[in-house]
Amino acid sequence: MLTSQLFIQELRDRGFDFFAGVPCSLLSGLISTIENIPDVKYYPGVREDACVGLCAGAYMGGKLPVLMMQNSGLGYCLNAFTSLNLIYKIPVLVIMSWRGFGGKDAPEHIIMGDINEQLLETSQMKYAELTSDNYETVLQEALNTIQNEKLPYTLLVKKGLFDERH
Amino acid sequence: MNGTDVFNEILAHLKDEPVVHANGFIGRESFNVKDRKASFYMIGSMGLASSIGLGVALSQPDKKVIVMDGDGNVLMAMGTLAMIAAAAPKNLVHVVIDNEVYESTGKQRSLSSEVALEEVARATGYPRVAKVSTRDELNDAFKKFMNSEGPSFLLVKAKPEFDHGTGRVTHTPEEITDRFMEAVNR
Ligand SMILES: Cc1ncc(C[n+]2csc(CCOP(=O)(O)OP(=O)(O)O)c2C)c(N)n1
Ligand SMILES: [Mg+2]
Repeated sequence: MLTSQLFIQELRDRGFDFFAGVPCSLLSGLISTIENIPDVKYYPGVREDACVGLCAGAYMGGKLPVLMMQNSGLGYCLNAFTSLNLIYKIPVLVIMSWRGFGGKDAPEHIIMGDINEQLLETSQMKYAELTSDNYETVLQEALNTIQNEKLPYTLLVKKGLFDERH
Repeated sequence: MNGTDVFNEILAHLKDEPVVHANGFIGRESFNVKDRKASFYMIGSMGLASSIGLGVALSQPDKKVIVMDGDGNVLMAMGTLAMIAAAAPKNLVHVVIDNEVYESTGKQRSLSSEVALEEVARATGYPRVAKVSTRDELNDAFKKFMNSEGPSFLLVKAKPEFDHGTGRVTHTPEEITDRFMEAVNR
């Protein structure tokens, strides 16, 4: 397990300073951790694609944004990723929970859990699974992608990685 | 007023303020009235001009940020009005060119002839809301909103009279991002 505090600190140490998203129970610890840090703001979004827009604007205004979302919001985001981020070269770090992994979850998550990697791959969105062992390496890879290629990078988070608070 | 008339009025008020345009004809009209480095011409991601503008406004609190939206775009992302009202950036002016149609795709009717978008904005909590339909009203309201604390919502009733001779934006999306960022972060 990775503690939410540690991971948020790792993000802040690397310059990430703008947080927005739509909640997932798997990310509940992360979101409440940010909400409790006085000098960082978390903006609750109404839909994941609106958060993609919000993060894009924040990036162009000089911030380094993080979007937190459930994989069920990936479909909403595909148009934004393909017709905004990828062609305008507007990066964002996406922290996406992987509901439905391995077919063990509520019925509504099973299909997306099975195809979220394929959807990211077909849309040429770089991603990696985040684990408690690899977070330093994948964060470095994410930063390289964001700063050098100016492209989005997605970290997939399976159940149990972060402490859940609900 | 048609879309080009709206940009003739609004752009005359601006110096180097960031402007985020909705997709479709709106960006083309603005580009052809006056191309500006601080103008972001969104060509895809319909509905997201408002959330992009919100992000720019929150990260650049000392600059007035203008969103030039369309009725179809607003209707697609109506929830973003709630995000703007809740985040309440004082420096955001949200202008909607409401021609009551999806003009860019052939003037199919939108719902804004039946749904008062300015009332939706008011209900979400924008502190300043106005609806205008003439050049004088537009100039007065825009000047007022540029000089007061927002977020403000300015609904401009306009005629769908796009001139098909209006060329496309000639910059690539990447060029648009680069020059916009340079202008905004100066
Ligand atoms: C997701 C999505 N659906 C549909 C379209 C096609 N489309 C492009 S512009 C546009 C109309 C935009 O309407 P509005 O905001 O009212 O601007 P107007 O064309 O009237 O100037 C539509 C439907 C699109 N680009 N993206
Ligand atoms: Mg319209």
